[in-house]
Amino acid sequence: MAKVLVVTSGKGGVGKTTSTAAMGAALAQAGQKVVVVDFDVGLRNLDLVLGAERRVVFDLINVVQGIAKLPQALIRDKRLENLWLLPASQTKDKDALTEEGIGRVINELRSSCDWVLCDSPAGIERGAMLAMRFADEAIIVTNPEVSSVRDSDRIIGMLDSKTVRAERGERVEKHVLIARYDAARAARGEMLTIDDILEILATPLLGIIPESQDVLRASNVGSPVTLNSPSSLPARAYADATKRLLGETVPMLVPTERKGLMNLLLGRRAA
Amino acid sequence: MSILRLFSSRAPAPAPAPVPTAPIARERLQILLAHERGSMRGKTDLLMQLREEILAVVERHVKLDPDKVMVRMERGKNVSTLEVDIELPSGSEQAFAATG
Repeated sequence: MAKVLVVTSGKGGVGKTTSTAAMGAALAQAGQKVVVVDFDVGLRNLDLVLGAERRVVFDLINVVQGIAKLPQALIRDKRLENLWLLPASQTKDKDALTEEGIGRVINELRSSCDWVLCDSPAGIERGAMLAMRFADEAIIVTNPEVSSVRDSDRIIGMLDSKTVRAERGERVEKHVLIARYDAARAARGEMLTIDDILEILATPLLGIIPESQDVLRASNVGSPVTLNSPSSLPARAYADATKRLLGETVPMLVPTERKGLMNLLLGRRAA
Repeated sequence: MSILRLFSSRAPAPAPAPVPTAPIARERLQILLAHERGSMRGKTDLLMQLREEILAVVERHVKLDPDKVMVRMERGKNVSTLEVDIELPSGSEQAFAATG
């Protein structure tokens, strides 16, 4: 039986899709059978970040409507044989997503893999609600910035009230993933600290992903950062977060400011 | 001399340290979320209760729009303030003139 994990945030642009791709790949590398599902109807991007954009034939709505069978719509990753993508529709109306239909697809996925990662659209509309509806666990992606933290708080409230589990009186296990963390700015007191965020959201921390060029480079070439540059800081942070998801205890590395010797000598500030 | 100059003159004059803004962000968020959690998750915290009771008392005399009643609490180190902001509908001045 698979675990259904929603990657959500409320706010857009915080790193949901990047995180879904990176952690989906890391889980698959750890030997887990993983399906990543894009719920962002009309604005799909998970296919692009995974480099599968030219292989999309059928999509989630086709499966929900019975036009295609689930195995026909699943795209197997070219690098990791344990990783599949179920893309969102780019053209259909998002109202075609019904709760009953999504429930059927999720159930079918549950019996055939180990992890179902639901990449939620931004906002709190239908797509976002359906992405979290059947979740067992949730990753709330947050940036150290007021609007992102506020939206995360709202989403946490919804996970506790609007999911199937919540309605049954069960808990959705929640994790906060702090992305785009800039150690230099945090050190200067310009950015909410990790402690601030955790205290406000009162939710356990899954990982801290440093702001990095490597993330953009990976999406440029259509490869999860955990595959494209596995030794980079964000890839290592994603790999550690994935291990924690699998129940391992891994020490939390808080990214620190890296100053070059010359910068120190010249008293320059890191950009 | 020339080597020292290379290091000293190229170094920019130390800019005044910017005021850390993160603590302000944290405080604003804490106040805001305390309010939002109360109204969205149906929990009756002190502020919500105060708001309802103040609304009820004023409404005995003047018809109010419930959305125009704001109750905010700010906690400081030495002093905390409770701010009640009620917008009266037009025409309510007469009600006050008649009773006062």
